Amino acid sequence: MAETFDRPEIRTPENLVYSKTKVLTDNIMHYCPGCGHGTTHRLLAEVIEEMGIQSETIGIAPVGCSVLAYNYFDVDMQEAAHGRAPAVATAVKRLFPNKFVFTYQGDGDLAAIGTAETIHACNRGENITIIFVNNGIYGMTGGQMAPTTLPGMPTATSPYGREVATMGNPLKITELIAQLPGTYFVTRQSVHTPANVRKAKKAIRQAIENQKLNRGLSFVEVVSNCNSGWKLTPVKANKWMEENMFPFYPLGDIKVNGELVK
Amino acid sequence: MKELKLMKGNEAVAEAAIRAGADAYFGYPITPQSEVLEYLMAERPYERTGMVVLQAESEVAAINMVYGGAACGKKVITSSSSPGISLKMEGISYIAGAELPCVILNVVRGGPGLGTIQPSQSDYFQATKGGGHGDYRLLVLAPASVQEMADHVKLGFDLAFKYRNPVMILSDGVIGQMMEKVELFEQMPRLTDEEVAANYPWATTGKPAGVPHRIITSLELDSSKQEKHNHHLQEKYRKMQENEVMYEAIHTDDAEYLIVAFGSSARISQKAIDMARAKGIKVGMIRPITLFPYPSEIINKLADQVKGILTVEMNAGQMIEDVRLAVNGKVKVEHFGRFGGMIPNPEEVVKALEQKIIGG
Repeated sequence: MAETFDRPEIRTPENLVYSKTKVLTDNIMHYCPGCGHGTTHRLLAEVIEEMGIQSETIGIAPVGCSVLAYNYFDVDMQEAAHGRAPAVATAVKRLFPNKFVFTYQGDGDLAAIGTAETIHACNRGENITIIFVNNGIYGMTGGQMAPTTLPGMPTATSPYGREVATMGNPLKITELIAQLPGTYFVTRQSVHTPANVRKAKKAIRQAIENQKLNRGLSFVEVVSNCNSGWKLTPVKANKWMEENMFPFYPLGDIKVNGELVK
Repeated sequence: MKELKLMKGNEAVAEAAIRAGADAYFGYPITPQSEVLEYLMAERPYERTGMVVLQAESEVAAINMVYGGAACGKKVITSSSSPGISLKMEGISYIAGAELPCVILNVVRGGPGLGTIQPSQSDYFQATKGGGHGDYRLLVLAPASVQEMADHVKLGFDLAFKYRNPVMILSDGVIGQMMEKVELFEQMPRLTDEEVAANYPWATTGKPAGVPHRIITSLELDSSKQEKHNHHLQEKYRKMQENEVMYEAIHTDDAEYLIVAFGSSARISQKAIDMARAKGIKVGMIRPITLFPYPSEIINKLADQVKGILTVEMNAGQMIEDVRLAVNGKVKVEHFGRFGGMIPNPEEVVKALEQKIIGG
């Protein structure tokens, strides 16, 4: 399949304006075209390369769309059970306090089945980085309702829209964990425009750098789209995200240097 | 240096973990095994050897911490009791699938459900036949004394790393809570990070330059590869059956009748055997020390010699299935058990032998 994308005749040094970070493997990603996972992977991998910590980084993959993240990051990786990545990462960091440890999790993994592990790892102030991709839906299993699905939003298991009275409210877990004394840096970003990509990368860099300080957990939420789950084109999905997701999940820093942003 | 101490079984496990050079313990309190975590917290093993001890938010988190630590090539141990072990089963299945070494202590209490806090052996099926999902086996050790509680920690780590497989120490509330004399083995050094990286090239210790990254996972979406992985696991379990069977044979040379019992039941049965022999009944015992792999061969052999076999278990009849498979119909096999937290006494065992095997 690789040759489909390869045009050796134009692959010349003078045409080279960008190259993939070596911290991403050559495996072709399974993510849908237009999905934010690929960009988020790239940013994290670029940060790891720029910090020169490829051999000192251990990543934990979740269950969900990014279950195969271990095939894409060229660092030592562990695949956790659904929702348990923060517990797994806790042990890795406690046993290798000088290594850089991250989890990469979706909303079902982190904010539903793994709520307890998320909250307690944050509350203990584990010196790890959590990258949390929130697209308001269960992508991999086929578009079911997530803990972060917006009120009224249709999904495979809320076909007439999420009815808050019977299905409960969307969980703003990022605001929740920002209240815990164990978190040091909590921010919400997106990767749907070049400007947002630059901001998100800066946040991820900060979140990894913070591990050197030993002051607690750094948490980067990336509000993302799921064009296949939302049943929209990538362009329409991004527009829908801006109009619906961002008002409910506003972008920006929530906690910096251990202090809540007013 | 070696040391002679009077200890509870649970405390002996904790002390043995430190001395075996364990890198970490992750656990959650539950009766009747909380002394393991209590002892470790009081003992400050971090200052003695650098061993990490952490009270997790749940048994689920604790077993996943074990997964993370074991995936780094570290020596990791956890402990719990029956309801807590049920919670750990998801993680245990992942650990078995990802082929990670670790030691899991189950100080069994009566069930089902919340059951009772009193001793039982009713988790035999769960420990030896699966428990979690998928085709996997734990290597299961069954201590019958405080001494073996300590020794099985060291043995458990050796076997876990030899096979890259989780090892369960299947104890019970009697052995966990009772105090006995125990000779503690000498302190072994913890491996350095460099030694771990050199000894366990499969472990996620941080990818060295020029080496492919290591992936610890139990996922394989390609069914033909997953089947191949399962064949590999089965081959490993077959090797355990070939090489690791352990049992104790007591008075079997002249035995006309045989008792098969493990753990506390074996201790009680030993007294029953003395009483029966005083009455002229020639009875011997096989005490399985490994429950998987099971000592089927010796039991099959003795079935040619004895007139009947009684299994004594603190459950409604679980190990008897393995004994019957081993005996394959050659002689009568019956079960005597007390359960729900009740402990049999030797008189009951002798009576059951007379009524179910000799008279029956």
